[in-house]
Order: sequence, then structure tokens, then C-alpha cells
Amino acid sequence: MLRYILRRLLQAVPVFLGTTFLIYFMVFAMPGNPIVALFGDKTPNPAQVAVLEAQYNLDKPFFVQYVLYLKNVLTGDLGTTFSGRNVNEVFGATFPVTLKLVLMAVVLEFVLSVVIGLISGLREGKYFDNASVVVALVLNSLPVFVALFLAQYFIGIKWGLAPVTVGRDTSWGAMFVPALVIALTIYVTGMRLMRGSVIEARSEDYVRTAYAKGLTSRRIVPVHIARNSLIPVVTNSAASFGALIAGTTITEGIYNIPGVGNTLFQAIIRGENATVVSFVTILTLLYVIVNILVDLLYAVLDPRIRYV
Amino acid sequence: MSERHAEHYVAPVDDNEKIEVDSVRLGDRRSNLWIDAWRDLRRRPLFYVALVIVCVVALAAAWPTLFTQVAPNRGCELALSNGGPTAGHPLGFTRQGCDVYSRVVWGARTSLSVGMLVVLITAFIGIPMGALAGFFGGKVDSILSRIGDIFFSIPYFLAAIVVMSVLSENRNVLTIAFAIAGFAWASLARIVRAEVLRIKNLEYVAASTAVGRSRFATLVGHVLPNSLTPVIVTLTISLGSAIVAEAALSFLGIGLGSSVMSWGNDISQAQVTIKTAPMALFWPSLFLTITVLAFIMLGELVRDGLDPKARARR
Repeated sequence: MLRYILRRLLQAVPVFLGTTFLIYFMVFAMPGNPIVALFGDKTPNPAQVAVLEAQYNLDKPFFVQYVLYLKNVLTGDLGTTFSGRNVNEVFGATFPVTLKLVLMAVVLEFVLSVVIGLISGLREGKYFDNASVVVALVLNSLPVFVALFLAQYFIGIKWGLAPVTVGRDTSWGAMFVPALVIALTIYVTGMRLMRGSVIEARSEDYVRTAYAKGLTSRRIVPVHIARNSLIPVVTNSAASFGALIAGTTITEGIYNIPGVGNTLFQAIIRGENATVVSFVTILTLLYVIVNILVDLLYAVLDPRIRYV
Repeated sequence: MSERHAEHYVAPVDDNEKIEVDSVRLGDRRSNLWIDAWRDLRRRPLFYVALVIVCVVALAAAWPTLFTQVAPNRGCELALSNGGPTAGHPLGFTRQGCDVYSRVVWGARTSLSVGMLVVLITAFIGIPMGALAGFFGGKVDSILSRIGDIFFSIPYFLAAIVVMSVLSENRNVLTIAFAIAGFAWASLARIVRAEVLRIKNLEYVAASTAVGRSRFATLVGHVLPNSLTPVIVTLTISLGSAIVAEAALSFLGIGLGSSVMSWGNDISQAQVTIKTAPMALFWPSLFLTITVLAFIMLGELVRDGLDPKARARR
């Protein structure tokens, strides 16, 4: 197991180098003056230009620039935002909010997947099953911003059940609606996994044995069928945790949730590209790290995975 | 150990002669994977729904004037800002006083061009990368797969955000397609690689090498054509996702310029007035969703039809 962990961590090194290099390359090897590009539509202020040129070492050859930039990333120095705040500080303040939102969304996704997948699998081919497959497909095709606007309009404006935006109040209750919307647009994968493994489990010998012993469905369904079908759903939820950590930009922007994604959203809208690059780097690294953890979790949960 | 022993189990004698079991009746209908899939799809109403939507969107993209005579950008009157439907303008007006219906129709062209370009670029990079890695294995595989891993490790939407942010001067359909496909190809490459790995050990591949065809010719002539099934399905679905990505980038203001008709742009402009004029937001959202749904549904149905196990379960 330890060897597997070390191996997986070693594999992450080239990925880490590659992703940081690609992001750097995308910005600084593009035609035109990268510093001007970093300012977007704004007119650069000479003082800020000097700061950025120093930060990215633009007077040196490209690879030296990259190595120095990598050193900054590794030592946790991601520069400052346009308003002059330290990127790390902003990240530290906003990350707990994003984490809260994503955790809630993943838990809701898991519950939806398990409950709907279980019922669908038990009633394969019946009305509920067919309907739930179609509904999941429609929800899955709904672009997240469309889903959020629908929620804002109906839940927030028309029926007045919840606030239209989140704003400063980042309690669990205030962020429930956006978390639910995220969960609804992504639960289809988990639901299918659950449904598939329930259908498979129902025809397994151990289930037939359990029925033959005289157990009732009330015990067989939760203990024999559901429990054995959970592993793929758990790992799928863990994977969507990673994807969401890096993918709440639009949700947080629309619902005005003061998280990492919203910081990125505001920077994009205002054309503050240096901030965009810093936050995309952070989110990508987080995504890589969470994915490693997911792989390890998978190995722990499923003994059939060989640790080679 | 218990004392009782089960009686020795003897399988019942099979009366069928071997020749019957293995025989092929010549009168049977001709069949292969795609014919089976087509027979299956023909009986599914959702397939026709998806197909009709895709065709209508394609028509609107190619000849928007078939559907509307109103120019999407001209004749906008601020007096009509967020106005309701009137004769000749069935879906009302945007905040700038432009005709919503006409903008929605013209938006199809942008969405579909971005979607198709993304699919083309994804296929152009992803298929060779995956096929070479899977077929030649060894060092080639290690190198190509590591490169793929790196691209796979950056969420493609974040990568597209960086590219489009930096390219503030050159935001057009082509750059946006490259920004999306430049990172989305990695997942296609993985699928192609897995499929090629499965196929390269089959007998007909060995036979092709045995009769003297070169490795590369075998790959192109036999392995690739037989591994295209999952590729077609994935690409159909990714066409839908690319349309969403374009709309999302335009929504963030780093997609296409505001003079270009794009559903994402219209959604972005209408979101400010969600309270007072929700319909201007609703229509482009609806058309975007239906188009994306049609492509994803088409992909899913074809995948289902091509999968004999899924067919048998129904």
C-alpha cells in the first residue's frame, strides 16, 4: 500500500510540472506583449507593469522565467491581485466558503444518486426507472447557468422561498439552493452507477441465497444489495468533489457566493488577467491533489485494485 | 464437515447436434453492429425527437433566413427595450430592443460552428494520440500518455478561461474552438487508447501483420476503423458540451464579441433584468438547453443501440 502511495505521488510530479508549464506557456508564449495581455482591456499603469515584470522575470530567457515562476508557486508565492492583496490571503479567506458549498453539493449528489439509483435499479424497466433516466438526462444537459437562473427566478423571485443571491451570509442554509442546483445537474453519473450495480447485484448468487434463506426484501435491499453497490458511487462522488472544487466559478459568480470561484469570476469579468492566471493555477493544483486522493481512496475501498 | 454428501451432479444430455448449434441460417437478415443499432434506434421515439431537433438546428445554422426575415442586429429600437411579443416579433425584444426570435435563430450558427470545430480539432489530436499510444505501446505509450495526463489534469474549462482571457484581441469562433478543444482532446485520447488496446490483440490484426502489411498500415486499415464506435458516441456528446462551454465563456464575457449572435452573449446580457424581463433570458436559455440535450441524447441513444447488452436488457 505504501509503495502504491509513493508511486502515485511520484507520478504526480511530471503532471504538476506539466500543468504549471502549460498554464505559464499559455500566457507568456502567446503572440503579443504578455504584460499588456495580463491587463486585458485596461490601460497598464507603469508601476503595476514594473511589479508584474519583476514577478514574471520577463527580461530573462523563457525557461529561466518558467523555473523562477515555478519556484514562486512552490514556495506559495502567487503574487498579488489587482487590488494589491496577497493572492494567498484572498485564497485563505475564500476557500472555506467554496469548500462548504462543494461539500454540501457532493453530499446532496450522493444522496440523490443512491436513492434514485436504488429505486430505479430495483424497478428496472418500470415507469419510475424510465422516467428517472429521462429526467436525469435532461437535468444533466441543463447548462449550469441556465439551471441557476431557473432556480433564482422561481425559488428566489417568484415564490420567494430563498434569497436570490447569497452575498455575505454563507451559512449552510443560505447556500442550500445553489448546492442543490449543482447536485441536480451532476447526479446522473452516480445514479447510473448505482442503478447498474443494483441491477447486477440483484442477480448475484448471494442475493438469491439470502432470499432462499427466507430473508425479506426489507433486509436484503439495504444490507445485501445497497451496501455492495455503494463503492462506485462513493468514488464517483469523490471525483466530482475534485471537479467541483475547480468548477464553481459560474455558480459562485451568479449566486454571489464569496468563494474562490467568485474571485476568479470577478477577475474574469473585470479583465484582471494576472489574477485569473494565479487562481487558475491554484485551482488546477487543487484539482490534481484531490484526484490523487481520490485514487488512493479508491484503492482503500476496493481491495480488488492491485497496488502495483 | 457435514456427513451428508450431495449427489454427484450430472448435466442433462444435450440433444442438439453440434452442427445445429453452430449453424448459420442463410435466410436470416444480414446483420452487423451498425445494422443492429439502426434496427434498435428505429423503434425508439426519443431518437426521432433528437434527430429532428438536430436537423432543425443545423438548418437554422446554415440558412437562418429560412426561419426569420428580421435582421438580428439591425432595427433595434431602445423604445422597444424588453418589450413583449408583437406581430412579427413572436418572442419579444431584448434590453437593446432587438428581436429575440431573430437573435435566437442566428445564434444557432455560432453554437454549431464552435461545436463542430471543437469536435474536428478534438478528433484530429485525440485519435492519433490515443491510437499511437495504444498500438505501439512501450516508450511511445509512456510518452504520449504522460502528455495526455498533463492536459487531462487541467480542467478544460479553466484552461479555456486562461486562453480566452489572454486573447482579448482575437476572440472569434476559431480561437474559442481551439481554446476548448486544446484541452478536451485528452479524454478522447484515453478512450481511443483503451479501445485500440482491446482490438490490437484480436486475430484479424495478427492476420493482417502475418500477410505482410506494415504495422502502421494495419493500424490505419484494421484497428482504427474497428475502434471508432465509442469515438463517434463520445464526439456526439462532446459536441453538446462544447456548445455549453462556448455559451459559458461568452456568458463570462471572454467568449465572442457582443456583436456576434451567441446564446451565451444573449443570456449574459439578459441576466441583469432577470426580475423585470425574465423572458429575454428564458428564450436563449431554452434554445441552448434543447440543442445541447438533443446532441447528448443522440449520443446516448446510439451508445445504447450499439451495446448488445443494453439492448438485451430492454
